[in-house]
Amino acid sequence: MVRLTELFRIFFQIGAFTLGGGYAMLAMVEMQIVTKKKYIEKDEFWDLISLVQTLPGVFAINTALYVGHKLRGTKGAIIAALGASLPSFIAILLIALFFKNFKENVFVEKIFKGIRPCVIAMIFVPAVRLIKNFGKNWKILWIPFVAAFIIWWFKISPILIIAVACACTLIFEAYSYHVLKKS
Amino acid sequence: MTALQLIFVFFKIGLVGFGGGYAMLSMIQFDCVERFSWLTIQEFSDIIAISQMTPGPISINTATYVGYTVLGFWGAVTATLSLCMPSIILMFFVIHFLMKNKDNHYVKTILQTLRPILAGLILAAALLLINKDTFFDFGFNNSNISLIIFILSFVVLYFFKVNPMWVLGFSGILGVILF
Repeated sequence: MVRLTELFRIFFQIGAFTLGGGYAMLAMVEMQIVTKKKYIEKDEFWDLISLVQTLPGVFAINTALYVGHKLRGTKGAIIAALGASLPSFIAILLIALFFKNFKENVFVEKIFKGIRPCVIAMIFVPAVRLIKNFGKNWKILWIPFVAAFIIWWFKISPILIIAVACACTLIFEAYSYHVLKKS
Repeated sequence: MTALQLIFVFFKIGLVGFGGGYAMLSMIQFDCVERFSWLTIQEFSDIIAISQMTPGPISINTATYVGYTVLGFWGAVTATLSLCMPSIILMFFVIHFLMKNKDNHYVKTILQTLRPILAGLILAAALLLINKDTFFDFGFNNSNISLIIFILSFVVLYFFKVNPMWVLGFSGILGVILF
């Protein structure tokens, strides 16, 4: 059985060294938990990950929670999640402490003036990739554009859109399952 | 009051934050920039750039930064915890309930419905960042350097799949030289 201190150490390390978030860390978790120490079977690990991928919330935190829970129950879940989130928390806190003073610097200001349009491009890329994946399926292809337009132009909360979509799907599914099947 | 708003905003985002970091960005931006004006659009795009260069998930990074800006150290703790809390609560339900019938029909259908909407959320996150401050030299009688950086970055990221960190760094250098 894995010790809690080791669980914390493993996830702290993963949190500290995975840049670019999410899926980059999976390979590291697999190496530490499955390949090296064999705390879980490989199949079991990937079953767990495919479940985690369907959940809302921060992917890295969810991965830590479920792997931690599998290994050491509730305590393990909390310890692993704490380990995974602490490095980014500390890093940002340090930056926030100093960034306020840095920002006034003309040099830093120029850097960020150059970076801002790049950030926008960086977010456009996954959006375009995802939309391209829908192919020429016109039945769904309009949805991302309409959703984006509603948020951007009419300032409707994206959370509201997600919540309404979830509710509608549930009601529709329950209706077609229970009512239409009976008749 | 602000503390309560902070908890509410990030708890909500943690609860319905499907689709990973980029999709959550539009949610964070919507509440923190548009609704409560805790950050300006510039500050928000700066923190996204910083997130890309520091370890950890983008949503944790922004939560920590927003919390710190609004209420100092304890604000940072509050925002980050609020973001993770729904995941922890949800875990107990999932483990006792969902694990037993893994191929949950409802979860699958919801995820399928959400996929195109989540793509829209990411698109919105990008659109919401476009304004007079991020493209400050845009116009017919202007240099349009920021527009050129945007187009170059997009091409390099999309077609050549270069690591975003390099592209961000290079854009920063371009900024120093050209502005």
